[in-house]
Amino acid sequence: MADVKKVATRQSYGEALKELGAAHPDVVVLDADLANATKTEIFKKAFPDRHFDCGIAESDMMCVAAGLSTTGYVPFASSFAMFAAGRAFEQVRNSIGYPHLNVKIGATHGGISVGEDGASHQCCEDFALMRSIPGMVVMSPADDVETKAMVWAAYEHQGPVYMRFSRYGAPVIHDADRFTFEIGKGEVLREGSDVALIANGLLVAEALEAAELLAQQGISARVIDMATIKPLDEGLVLNAAKECGRLVTCEEHSIIGGLGEAVCAVIAKHGLPCPVERIGVNDEFGHSGPAGALLEQFGLCAGHIAEAAHG
Amino acid sequence: MTKEEEITLGKTACKVRMGVLTATHGAKAGHPGGSLSAADVFTYLYFRELNIDPQNPKRKDRDRFVLSKGHTAPGLYAALAYRGFFPVDDLPTLRHIDSYLQGHPNMDAVPGVDMSTGSLGQGVSCAAGMALGLKHQGSAARVYTLLGDGEMQEGQVWEALMFAAHYRLDNMCVIIDHNGLQIDGTNEKVMGLGSIPDKLRAFGLNVFQIDGHDFQAMEKAFDAARQIKGKPSAIVLETTKGKGVSYMEGQVGWHGKAPNDEEYARGMAELSAQLAELEAV
Repeated sequence: MADVKKVATRQSYGEALKELGAAHPDVVVLDADLANATKTEIFKKAFPDRHFDCGIAESDMMCVAAGLSTTGYVPFASSFAMFAAGRAFEQVRNSIGYPHLNVKIGATHGGISVGEDGASHQCCEDFALMRSIPGMVVMSPADDVETKAMVWAAYEHQGPVYMRFSRYGAPVIHDADRFTFEIGKGEVLREGSDVALIANGLLVAEALEAAELLAQQGISARVIDMATIKPLDEGLVLNAAKECGRLVTCEEHSIIGGLGEAVCAVIAKHGLPCPVERIGVNDEFGHSGPAGALLEQFGLCAGHIAEAAHG
Repeated sequence: MTKEEEITLGKTACKVRMGVLTATHGAKAGHPGGSLSAADVFTYLYFRELNIDPQNPKRKDRDRFVLSKGHTAPGLYAALAYRGFFPVDDLPTLRHIDSYLQGHPNMDAVPGVDMSTGSLGQGVSCAAGMALGLKHQGSAARVYTLLGDGEMQEGQVWEALMFAAHYRLDNMCVIIDHNGLQIDGTNEKVMGLGSIPDKLRAFGLNVFQIDGHDFQAMEKAFDAARQIKGKPSAIVLETTKGKGVSYMEGQVGWHGKAPNDEEYARGMAELSAQLAELEAV
């Protein structure tokens, strides 16, 4: 996909916030001394009086966001996924989730592709943590186009939303002119009947590439962009299981607690005889290295997905 | 404050204390000690200080109160009930299955509760967020939050205080119930706090330290706090845990234990006598 334009979804997030802020004066943005990295600085430059730096204090930031939301603002609280979902988990759970407040969490630097910073910053547990909070919407977009639509959808949704974005460039696979986004709806990017590849985030582009590889081998792979992990599009999963008979889930997250397990739960609930292979970080910590090399080393690339599709 | 007004507040505080005993006795659980040490400030806030309307609990320009020390919900519930937010008769349903009076405050269920709390250290941050929002929209409403002294051991409290000072939230008033006791013993034995007023001053707050059972002193401090510009205020209340019920006063064992039938009757008799004394003045 060398010829495809790549944009890190954190960049798309910052740009989307600026557009959203121009349209809606009730949008405020919080950051914890990472505006430069989360790209909320793009919003800050446009609307300095609606951007609040909380300092290096993510726990406080989440509760400040909760308080702000009760006064009618729609806060987007931003940090790295590790700190937004990890460090501040209990604040998100008790002060945002329990009262079901209208706070949007924009978590950048998700997954192993954080790269050189190493394991301390490579959050592969955020889907699991956020999924476990009742009423929390959990999403991870595939590209620039989907990110921008998702941020607007998050604003329109009443209640808490967690969105995970990437530091590493994502190939732009959607056509902005024709794209529409709905929370809780997956998108079939490519039809296929032998196996379904259900992916989110950076791995959507990898799944599309895997489908190409599989086609060359005479295997017809359906590719689904499952940007919303919770609430999961169960109908789309069930159709894929019934029509393809084999699923591969693909996510830049631990195989524990993320998209893969959510899909498995649907298959188990309906008692379908459909094997599910889970591509993800295999219950281990990451380490420093270039993002591309790490994705390859941890088995998160098109070749790995294609291999898993064979069974 | 006239003497008559002071006596009226005293009588209301007696009723709030009876409500605390009634609720925790009905629940067979809950936290009477810290509810009683804060009963006077709950009374002062809900019957004198806060600009609120029990008929319209979500009114946009109301003052907010966040009970950061959420375990003393019985005290808050009693004040809200006597102020007319919900029936006093519901207090004994505290902590019962299907009661709206949850063990810790739930803003979605209880009229008049402005924030769900219970996990210590979080309410003060939420209050700072409210104060920022109200200030940003030019509202004259103020935000009050009550913390326990033990709660000051939570690191997040100091994050929140830094935030409040940094954003010059002079519409925020942080109240500390300094009764000196927490579950495992005295503050100083469990985790020494040093001088709370000095620490608060170092964090950029304007600090008042008063007798937390003296309504005249409260009036002076809360009135002065409203005049402070450019920084948040803190009012440190020197209190007695279990205040008003002789066998609970200063006893750490009553932090999180309900009175049994005999203890309940004795406590209610003591409070009734205090009430009668005030009514005779």
